[in-house]
Amino acid sequence: MLMKTIYLDNGATTKVDPKVLEKMSVYYTEKYGNASSLHHKGQEAKMGLEEARESIAKSINAKPSEIIFTSGGSESNNLAIKGVAFSKNNRVHLITSEIEHHSVERTFEELKRQGYETSFIKVDKEGFVDLVQLENEIKENTVLVSIIHGNNEIGTIQDIETIGKICKKKKVLFHIDAVQSFTKVPIDVKKINVDLISLNAHKIHGPKGVGALYVRDGVKLKKLNDGGDQEYRLRAGTENVPGIIGFAEAVKLANNSSNIKHMTKLRNKLIDGLLALEDVRLNGPSIDESKKLFGKDDRRLCNNINISFKYVEGESIGGYMDAKGICSSTGSACSSKSLKPSHVLTAIGLTPEEAHGSIRLSLGKFNTEEEIDLVLEVLPAIIKKLRKISPLIK
Amino acid sequence: MEAYNKKVLALFKHPKNMGKIENPDGLGKVGNAICGDILWVYIKVGKNKKGQEIIKDIKVSTTGCIAAITSSSMVTQLAKGKTLEQAEKITKEDVNNALGKLPEIKFHCSILAQDALKKAIQDYRSKKNK
Ligand SMILES: Cc1ncc(COP(=O)(O)O)c(C=O)c1O
Ligand code: FES
Repeated sequence: MLMKTIYLDNGATTKVDPKVLEKMSVYYTEKYGNASSLHHKGQEAKMGLEEARESIAKSINAKPSEIIFTSGGSESNNLAIKGVAFSKNNRVHLITSEIEHHSVERTFEELKRQGYETSFIKVDKEGFVDLVQLENEIKENTVLVSIIHGNNEIGTIQDIETIGKICKKKKVLFHIDAVQSFTKVPIDVKKINVDLISLNAHKIHGPKGVGALYVRDGVKLKKLNDGGDQEYRLRAGTENVPGIIGFAEAVKLANNSSNIKHMTKLRNKLIDGLLALEDVRLNGPSIDESKKLFGKDDRRLCNNINISFKYVEGESIGGYMDAKGICSSTGSACSSKSLKPSHVLTAIGLTPEEAHGSIRLSLGKFNTEEEIDLVLEVLPAIIKKLRKISPLIK
Repeated sequence: MEAYNKKVLALFKHPKNMGKIENPDGLGKVGNAICGDILWVYIKVGKNKKGQEIIKDIKVSTTGCIAAITSSSMVTQLAKGKTLEQAEKITKEDVNNALGKLPEIKFHCSILAQDALKKAIQDYRSKKNK
């Protein structure tokens, strides 16, 4: 029997939009030149590269010269944080939150091993950074605050406008990891005070292995990759032109508010349907309050659902969903190889048991309402089946 | 999800002997200290033709993961009908031989059921000797 896939793991990665692939393939087979070459094939590629830079810059109201292409979100985060730290002569102080992606969390751990001072800011039960603690932690030798914009596990969208103001007042640089929020939450670098932004392509129906770092004019970074003079001498290596072309096309296609409306509607339906079950809790910001905090904007990523089911194990739920063709995730994709509960769920106050009973469903623009209806049939039945074999239930 | 082999995933879809026994002759409770999950084994004891005590019925309930569910299903399948002495000797290797290797990181999950079974047998004996 051929089973239809229902892909609800768009927070891990997304399907490449066929229109993106179409644009890319030209740069593999026809415009294949090295963008650093002076001949016409090189210049052809260079032109595509610079157009892509311009269009991605425009999407956040930045200048093209402020966009550095990288191999993805992880590299962008490393370049932003280590780049700032290594540009200083002393072992300075850097601040982040307790709910970061591994590529930020472990970069901070590495800096700490090297003798830098680091602080991890607490979050509340919905995952919002404690702004009072944040402001208090900023000291004389603090150089950078790095905060995840849209959380990959629980969907919390931080108030970067306020954090940006605090950073400006205290004269420290502000970096955001916007890998999950990019094109889902508007970012305008002229309106908010942010100095560095990590972006990537594969969460928005673009190719894997491509990303960018926005570096505000005047911000000094120490490069991590030595070699050629590419990317304003901040990142050596022949540019992945086809990938970058695909990235720009993905951004263009994502710049469409109907996608967000579509995902928000499906998200709300799925959350409402699942919260109707017994002994469940939504992890991350609630959605009924969502319109209030930032005025018209949502406080939760339009595509994120994270739910804990009491008395059962997330991996088992995921296993039975997969048997029905539904792709979901437990914790974040990279940490599902560890038995330890997710640090994000722990940070928002879940017990290990609650954290273990959680699954993340993350939507993409290709998901349909019929798929959500089917999940709302299948998932409650799975929970029932697993609870039947749970010793904690009579 | 950690990669499981085909045999494990097939058994996971239809695990055997899952659930509870009302008024079991023996009950063994264990917990996984690493993840916080728990697993209980329930047994009913009968006699075979030679008059030896055997596991007449066995069930498992757990809050655990795929490794916990499939390894416990396999332990119950191996134990059912065996004498108590044979059942006590079921090892990780027996489960591995029947099921193929479980992921390394799931070691603690995959020994829960055999430990709980031993405890259930002890529980039965201590009740009997009262
Ligand atoms: C919030 C966040 N930051 C960074 C990354 C890493 O991005 P990449 O996979 O492009 O290295 C991811 C996704 O994996 C993410 O969700
Ligand atoms: S992770 Fe808890 S039993 Fe395997």
